Amino acid sequence: MRMSRRTTLAATAALLLGFAGPAAADTTLTFYYPVAVGGPVTKIVDGMVADFEKDNPGIKIKAVYSGSYQDTIAKILTAVKGGDAPSVAVALSTDMFTLIDEDAIVPFDDLVAKDKAATWFKSFYPGFMANSQTGGKTWGIPFQRSTIVLYWNKEAFKEAGLDPEKAPQSWDEMRAMAAKLTKRDAAGAVTQWGVSIPSSGFPYWLFQGLTTPNGAILANDAGTQVAYDKPEVVEALQYWMDLAQKDKVHPPGIVEWGTTPKDFFEKKVAMMWTTTGNLTNVRANAKFDFGVAMLPAKKKRGSPTGGGNFYVFKAASAEQQKAAALFADWMTKPERAAQWSIATGYVAVSPAAFETKAMKDYLAGFPAAGVARDQLEHAVAELSTHDNQRVAKALNDNLQAALTGTKTAAQAMKDAQAEADRILKAYK
Amino acid sequence: MSIPSPNRSLAARAEPWLLLLPSIALFATFTHIPIVRTAIDSFHSTPKGARPSRFVGLANYEDMAADPIFWKALINNLVYAIGTIPLSIGLALAMALFVNGRIAGRGLLRMAYFTPTVLPMIAVANIWLFFYTPHYGLLDQIAGLFGFGATNWLGSQATALPAIMVVTVWKEAGFFMIFYLAALQTISPDLKEAAAIEGASDLTVFRRITWPLLMPVTLFILVNAVINAFRMVDHIFILTGGGPDNATNVLLFHLYQVGFKFWDQGYATALTIVLLAILSLMALVQFVAAGRRVHYQ
Repeated sequence: MRMSRRTTLAATAALLLGFAGPAAADTTLTFYYPVAVGGPVTKIVDGMVADFEKDNPGIKIKAVYSGSYQDTIAKILTAVKGGDAPSVAVALSTDMFTLIDEDAIVPFDDLVAKDKAATWFKSFYPGFMANSQTGGKTWGIPFQRSTIVLYWNKEAFKEAGLDPEKAPQSWDEMRAMAAKLTKRDAAGAVTQWGVSIPSSGFPYWLFQGLTTPNGAILANDAGTQVAYDKPEVVEALQYWMDLAQKDKVHPPGIVEWGTTPKDFFEKKVAMMWTTTGNLTNVRANAKFDFGVAMLPAKKKRGSPTGGGNFYVFKAASAEQQKAAALFADWMTKPERAAQWSIATGYVAVSPAAFETKAMKDYLAGFPAAGVARDQLEHAVAELSTHDNQRVAKALNDNLQAALTGTKTAAQAMKDAQAEADRILKAYK
Repeated sequence: MSIPSPNRSLAARAEPWLLLLPSIALFATFTHIPIVRTAIDSFHSTPKGARPSRFVGLANYEDMAADPIFWKALINNLVYAIGTIPLSIGLALAMALFVNGRIAGRGLLRMAYFTPTVLPMIAVANIWLFFYTPHYGLLDQIAGLFGFGATNWLGSQATALPAIMVVTVWKEAGFFMIFYLAALQTISPDLKEAAAIEGASDLTVFRRITWPLLMPVTLFILVNAVINAFRMVDHIFILTGGGPDNATNVLLFHLYQVGFKFWDQGYATALTIVLLAILSLMALVQFVAAGRRVHYQ
């Protein structure tokens, strides 16, 4: 960043004045936050923190960039075990049970007045609160949240003789359209796939985009029981496998999450499933007209949510905890949520944020950004249980086994269920 | 020997210990004490929130024996070691012999061979990720010229581990080459000249002179290669994340997942002890078995 001498001076002066202020009464918070999407996110966060400090004299925030989500939870847990926990942090909403089991966090219910708490928690989309509440308490405040959407290449649709303005509405439609969109050369080798659903890293999340429309919920609210082997789940997996193995309109084997947007830009896939967080990326890099749609329906619409929540830590003092709750509230106020959503591509967390002028202007120029919001009413919690990573891995491994053709759908889900039951036995 | 005065003897005995003290302190703090701590922790359960750690005997080791992913990772690791070590050492030797000769552009060639070593593994993995990408990745573009279709190298269980091994060989061979190259240059030309006068063929010279004299270096490289085969997992994070369905999961990667994703430290420490035992055993075997055939000048 280039700075004129004057702004540098001004910044220095402000810094000095800040230090000269009434330091004794200040409450200082340590705030860990991850960055999971492209763009100058650290700069945006620093700017918001500075604004917060201006609005709330007496509270100082030490914002610490803590790497990816994975790094962040590792840093948090290490700090907690080492007796140096942050006061407040953003981490995956699915880390809720892990943090509770480690006795690391406190619920927000105790940090704000009772009448205020109820209205505050209700101000967010219920789809986002699903991953933030358990046992009647609210442990997380939604901040950087996303869902899965379908991106389609309008040019490819035109070439295939499809209506470029119409995305597939149902599973059958997606399958039929994908067949038309799959192009082969003279030797029979595929040059363009119809549809692609990534399956590396965290296939369970994308899989929830199939199980939810088919009427299955993968885990109970208490996080102690999974439903991997239900017939609806097996059927959803069979659909995914058939796209690749039977219809051959989806790339075979494991599709890498990281290169999927590139596959789309290179016109190797005509429709892709990925996070709304990629919206800004696709907008900048797709050299063709593209559309954004809700995931196709089976029995109903549906997608999991994803992304990060605010957590407040037990080790912090009562004052720090109160200040942390205030900070989380301030950061998620409608104007800020709108500003954050526009800058990053995350879905604004409350309906009120979509009523702000900034958001309305943004949506008027870029309606695709509204699709994620429309899908939220059908959204369910991202898979989250006690010992979350292990229980999710049981599903991931077996999904990959089925998708690479070493297990049948029924066998894979039966094995995943058995493994998850074994792990969750300790929590019942 | 006369009886030394107690004072002098104390000073004389203390001196070597004082000289050793800095390195002993460092080794103890960062290696020996952690190993002992890890060994003790491996007999304890993982502390969780309000539940403190308690003694569980061999439970963590029993869990390991019953963990199918552990066995899969162990087998993968052995395949990985057997597949990469001889190949990278052989390639290193061939490259070293090649660039040790009088050929044009020798400096450039040496640099080219060494470049992969200089690059960080994470960067290398990101480059290879796009080599392996179906359709527009480098490999598939080349295959396309010959009329082959797209291959999902990293996304199928049959090819994922070999694909990871290729990256390892590519990365390691240049590093080992440097050691061979240095060793080749210490071999006295007199020996070759003498052999030439006797009318020995190139092959005989290599078999009877060069190779035996390279033995100390080969042992050094072999020890390093074995350790690396169990230690280098950076690229797995980028390329496959241990997938598909643990097809590329190896011991250290599994250990990381258990320790820092599942936060099951009890089990993770048990895995660490097993990994340590495997490595110590292998180093011992190598020194005893290969040591006999090593000639030091």
